[in-house]
Amino acid sequence: MDLLSNLALGFSVAASLENLLFCLIGVILGTLIGVLPGIGATATIAMLLPITFQLEPVSSLIMLAGIYYGAQYGGSTTAILINMPGESSSAVTALDGYQMARRGKAGTALAVAALGSFFAGTVATLLVALFAPPLTAVALQFGAAEYFSLMVLGLVCAVALAHGSFLKALAMVVLGLLLGLAGTDIYTGAPRFTLGLPQLADGFNFVALAVGVFGISEILRNLEHGQGDREVLGQNLGGLFPSRADLRRMVAPMIRGTALGSALGILPGGGAVLAAFGSYTIEKRLSKTPEEFGKGAIEGVAGPESANNAGAQTSFIPLLTLGIPANPVMALMVGAMIIQGIVPGPNVATEQPDLFWGIIASMWIGNLMLIVLNLPLIGIWVRLLKVPYHVLFPIIIAFSSIGVYSVKGNVFDLYAVAAFGLLGYVFLKLRCEPAPLLLGFVLGPLLEENLRRAMILGRGDPTVFLTRPISAGLLVLTLAVIAVMLLPQVRRKREEVFVEED
Amino acid sequence: MAPLSRIGSLAAAATLLASTALAQGYPERQITMVVPFAAGGPTDTVGRLVAERMSEQLGQQILIENVGGAGGTLGAAQVAGAEPDGYTILLHHIGMATSETLYRELPYETTTAFAPIGLVTEVPMTIVARADFEPADIASFVAYVKENADTITMANAGIGSASHLCGMLFMQATESPIVTVPYRGAGPAMTELVGGQIDIMCDQTTNTTEQIKGGTVKAYAVTAPERLEILPDLPTTAESGLPGVEVTVWHGLYAPAGTPPEAVERLSAALQSALADPGIAEQLAELGTAPSPAEDATPAALEARLTEELARWKPIIEEAGVYAD
Repeated sequence: MDLLSNLALGFSVAASLENLLFCLIGVILGTLIGVLPGIGATATIAMLLPITFQLEPVSSLIMLAGIYYGAQYGGSTTAILINMPGESSSAVTALDGYQMARRGKAGTALAVAALGSFFAGTVATLLVALFAPPLTAVALQFGAAEYFSLMVLGLVCAVALAHGSFLKALAMVVLGLLLGLAGTDIYTGAPRFTLGLPQLADGFNFVALAVGVFGISEILRNLEHGQGDREVLGQNLGGLFPSRADLRRMVAPMIRGTALGSALGILPGGGAVLAAFGSYTIEKRLSKTPEEFGKGAIEGVAGPESANNAGAQTSFIPLLTLGIPANPVMALMVGAMIIQGIVPGPNVATEQPDLFWGIIASMWIGNLMLIVLNLPLIGIWVRLLKVPYHVLFPIIIAFSSIGVYSVKGNVFDLYAVAAFGLLGYVFLKLRCEPAPLLLGFVLGPLLEENLRRAMILGRGDPTVFLTRPISAGLLVLTLAVIAVMLLPQVRRKREEVFVEED
Repeated sequence: MAPLSRIGSLAAAATLLASTALAQGYPERQITMVVPFAAGGPTDTVGRLVAERMSEQLGQQILIENVGGAGGTLGAAQVAGAEPDGYTILLHHIGMATSETLYRELPYETTTAFAPIGLVTEVPMTIVARADFEPADIASFVAYVKENADTITMANAGIGSASHLCGMLFMQATESPIVTVPYRGAGPAMTELVGGQIDIMCDQTTNTTEQIKGGTVKAYAVTAPERLEILPDLPTTAESGLPGVEVTVWHGLYAPAGTPPEAVERLSAALQSALADPGIAEQLAELGTAPSPAEDATPAALEARLTEELARWKPIIEEAGVYAD
């Protein structure tokens, strides 16, 4: 059995004392830096990249991979505790995770996130080991037309992210799309909405936007309410671990999230960003109590967290089988490999089997370490909430400023945080939710890019979206989602929800 | 005239004194090397390989600072405006010469804002196609492209990127107006080429060598003056009847204009010894490139190269009418 001997090779590499140590260092560094508000995996790895140069190639990649999923875990922590997502995926975790924290269930939310991530990580690692080459073949079927249709589906689902007014949600998606248009047009090189500022040549910084509209606006809201509202957070932290009933509620979302995340993670053209959002939408649709979503539904944390971690693992597939990075983090890993003298390509698995299987085995070991590391840490993180708010909020602002600045080393981004923070506060006052805005912002450029690319490749023939089977299938699915949304009884149910909301 | 010349020689002596003092002292603290592209990319990799060895030579750490954005012009602008004390340097590639024309409003003057230190390496490019593209060799490829120019598609890594410039040259040489599709960087473009979503591309060996070896893309020619050691069967464009299609992504090291010449010399000497290190040659060979020889890793050689390339690309870009701002 090839697979068994390969896995044995992988574990023999990954379980060497040295590599275990680097894996541990990686996940600890990743967790710690991921916990700093506003810093996601990309910034973390970029900062820590030079550390790896002195190591053996396998060790350095194991450590970088550890930082990557360590930061994913850490990122959920800030999303849950202080509503400060560092990546688009943890923005979804913030939706219900932060609400759980506000209701005194921060410990449970963190445990759910950790358990969901571990489950997803285990399954997805197995998938990578078993099916990496055939999955790559599927991913390569996705061209511009397919990505466009996938993004359309994603945007339609985005509206479901909101638990308030449908119209406001739609408006926020569109506003997000518009913000996403700023920057240099990749097809003509024309600067759009850059206000003549070179800092905007590559568009707004996602982290600045997310930290502003989620984190800073929440701080402003808390300060407006004085201490009262925050005390809920500090008192009565509740049981740290999910109850039996909680566990029962999270199993199905975890499995669905893992499936969705694994599937979308293999798409190198930005499929992974949809995983967490998509999972949230599915859970809300399937839930018998959709009105709980946005107010601390455990399913709204378990599903997206699983999807997000599964996607993080399977996004290694294009890198491992083709040597092509699927996202900025993977690009950094490629850089690390090249500096180590390994140029990644389609032959990595055959030419460097110890590296290939060692990394796969270390993914699982890293996930195991993370859960062991994180469950006891939850108590400490939760206790942070007892820090008086007038002490805590300046610290949060200081760290998130450092985090945002570290992404590009650009002071302009700090002004952007301030502006987006004010904007986010206005949205709060108007009862407009920032999550659809964020999804619009992330998907908008991908939608436009792929629409135009499909049209160029199709010589201006709009039927390409229908004649390519995968694309047509996705569009049919989109129509089905719209139909479900417009079904009268579903609509009535939605409206009941809104009434309750107000 | 005597007093004047005395003052002159005094001044000269003073400058000499000051400069030897600086030459002896420099570098006293760590040096920042600005790489105007994202960490992990090919330019960043070259920077890190060189910086590590130059640090050993200089006895001071060289830190890499990635200031990406706007085709490398943001990072270049930062260095152009930096204190010219020898503690801020810039690693840039061919984009230094092409930005001058691609960007109509640059915040710096390319020819006067920098003090060249030396050439670092030249990365050749390859003309590649999806694995099942029909033509068997470069001759039939060119014939095929000319005949089917209206149905073929060509990818590039973005407006103004080296792969875009190479594609422009190829279209001009073959007189074939091929539909070009820009991508957000070389990675996504390569993915679609491997997936067969697009027909051809011209890209750096850094990105293509492993794919060519693995058979996931088909290679037709290399755009360097000579064949490559790692791909010896691949003909050059010149020997294939495409003499003008010669592009290499040359990398140069610069200091801000006004940096003391002693510091520039010290950096240039450190660069030369770094490039002479057999380890770096080995690592660069993996990328399909080689360190520049000592005579090219000098201020004069880089200045000559920059001037030559500025003049070369201006008419090509203007004729194509492509601008990045």
